[in-house]
Amino acid sequence: MSAQSQDTAVSTGRITRALIYLVLLLFTLFYLLPLYVMGVNSLKPLAEITGGNMMALPQIWTFDAWRSAWSTAQIGIEPTGLKPYFLNSILMVVPAVTISTIVGALNGYVLTKWRFRGDTWVFGLMLFSCFIPFQIVLIPMAMVLGKLGLAGSVPGLILVHVVYGIGFTTLYFRNYYAAFPTELVRAAQIDGAGFFRIFWRILLPVSGPIAVVSVIWQFTNIWNDFLFGASFGGTSQPMTVALNNLVQSSTGVKEYNVHFAGAILAALPTLLVYIVAGRYFVRGLMAGSVKG
Amino acid sequence: MTAPATADFRTRLQDWLPKMVLAPSFAVTLLFVYGFIAFTVLLSFTGSKMLPKYDFVGLDNYRRLFALEHWHIAIGNIAVFASLYIVICSAIGLMLAIFLDQKIRGEGFLRPIFLYPMALSFIVTGTAWKWFLDPGIGLEKVMRLWGWESFTFTWIKDNDLAIYCIVIAAVWQTSGFVMAMFLAGLRGIDNEILKAAQIDGASNWQLYRRIVIPMLRPAFLSAFVILSHLAIKSYDLVVALTGGGPGRSTEMPATFMYSYTFTRNQMGIGASSAVIMLMTIAAIMVPYLYAELKEKK
Repeated sequence: MSAQSQDTAVSTGRITRALIYLVLLLFTLFYLLPLYVMGVNSLKPLAEITGGNMMALPQIWTFDAWRSAWSTAQIGIEPTGLKPYFLNSILMVVPAVTISTIVGALNGYVLTKWRFRGDTWVFGLMLFSCFIPFQIVLIPMAMVLGKLGLAGSVPGLILVHVVYGIGFTTLYFRNYYAAFPTELVRAAQIDGAGFFRIFWRILLPVSGPIAVVSVIWQFTNIWNDFLFGASFGGTSQPMTVALNNLVQSSTGVKEYNVHFAGAILAALPTLLVYIVAGRYFVRGLMAGSVKG
Repeated sequence: MTAPATADFRTRLQDWLPKMVLAPSFAVTLLFVYGFIAFTVLLSFTGSKMLPKYDFVGLDNYRRLFALEHWHIAIGNIAVFASLYIVICSAIGLMLAIFLDQKIRGEGFLRPIFLYPMALSFIVTGTAWKWFLDPGIGLEKVMRLWGWESFTFTWIKDNDLAIYCIVIAAVWQTSGFVMAMFLAGLRGIDNEILKAAQIDGASNWQLYRRIVIPMLRPAFLSAFVILSHLAIKSYDLVVALTGGGPGRSTEMPATFMYSYTFTRNQMGIGASSAVIMLMTIAAIMVPYLYAELKEKK
């Protein structure tokens, strides 16, 4: 896919072009600004921020703020740093992403290759669940998690994220499998292959790209979630909630450099995913606007 | 006799298997989404305070909700925030997409820079902008140190202006994504149409105004739906950036619901505010999803 041939046929004059480049440059600076501010200031001693210029490079380069954010900063009442919360997030994200992606793949397979009466309704109901404001489920969810003994635990958060994630994963796989020739499935069926065998041998081997999209989308969403983490995290709070506690804590001196280092730590996993697989990330976003 | 019987059983099982695989997800959706919605609606008609109670009070909570000044602030804020957010994101997204579409050198380098904020948590975005907009250490101080002594920028501390800080941070986070949506739309437009219009003597401005932008209608619709849905759900960004303050000046329905339900022990009112939020989103999403699904059939 060559980008050149896709470009518009519109041609522009030199002054217009210069202006266009200028605007693009300004926006580049705008988008990079917060990242620059966080990066630079996380490497300064606190005095250089409170007494100096936020935009300036550090005079003394130090990783102290990073060390503090990771292992000693006061989060809530415990001086544990963000490390345990980072682990909570990992323990929550990995199973939640895995389960919701597998379930989404199977659902997409059924909804496209084993269609039945009312399947569009079933899918529609699942799809709408992606878009509800989660405030509407907070109260009953808190009660149910309490009843199940999962309140304030990592398994509880996994359950919540799987439940409200399968709508999206089903959407991805459904749209993807819809383009896969159903004749191949029917032929395999005539040859005596069963439901799971067809999925395993025929659909799964071609599912790589959409699985990546689904994993990235779920990973980003679940890692970045705050509402569920804050509501049901209890003693197993994820990274986002811990970061917010760190930044909002009203006691003591505001250690801006530690806050910035913590913010980067919280952003790092999703940023890495974006850098490594940005193309798939964009595809997931686009499919999230329903049109595949 | 037994062989055909087992074969029959196997085919029957094969017939049922797909539905059995889908059933748990569907059941979970019915219970955790629609059941929970029904339960919250039910609670909104009860006098629940700290814990759910089942004494029906009719529309009392809704009456009290709409009499609360706090709720009026939240509604006013979401109206200002959502409209500015949607309009500015769409305008910036469209402009950047059109500019990037002009055979720009380094497009492959710029696009990911415009889009990376979308990968971040709103809490991270909020933290970065909170301190950058803080007059004590951020932008105002930087400008003064650079020699612009009279420069003042105290929006984030100002009851009337703090809401615009949330708009800035939110636009920063999502405008690149809107750009990507418009760019995909632009790349889908047939160049022959543009060439034909050029031969007819259309200027670039006319070309975009009359032909290209009208052809982007589906992208506009998707952008509108996604942005409005993000706006109504916005909770984390407010919490991280302003905490709803100064005072209550940046309170939104999402933060209102949380504080009334979980910290002020007014569960009935919290539930009724959640119902209002759901109805607003449903009014936008249901027709959109319905149209999309019908089209696909």
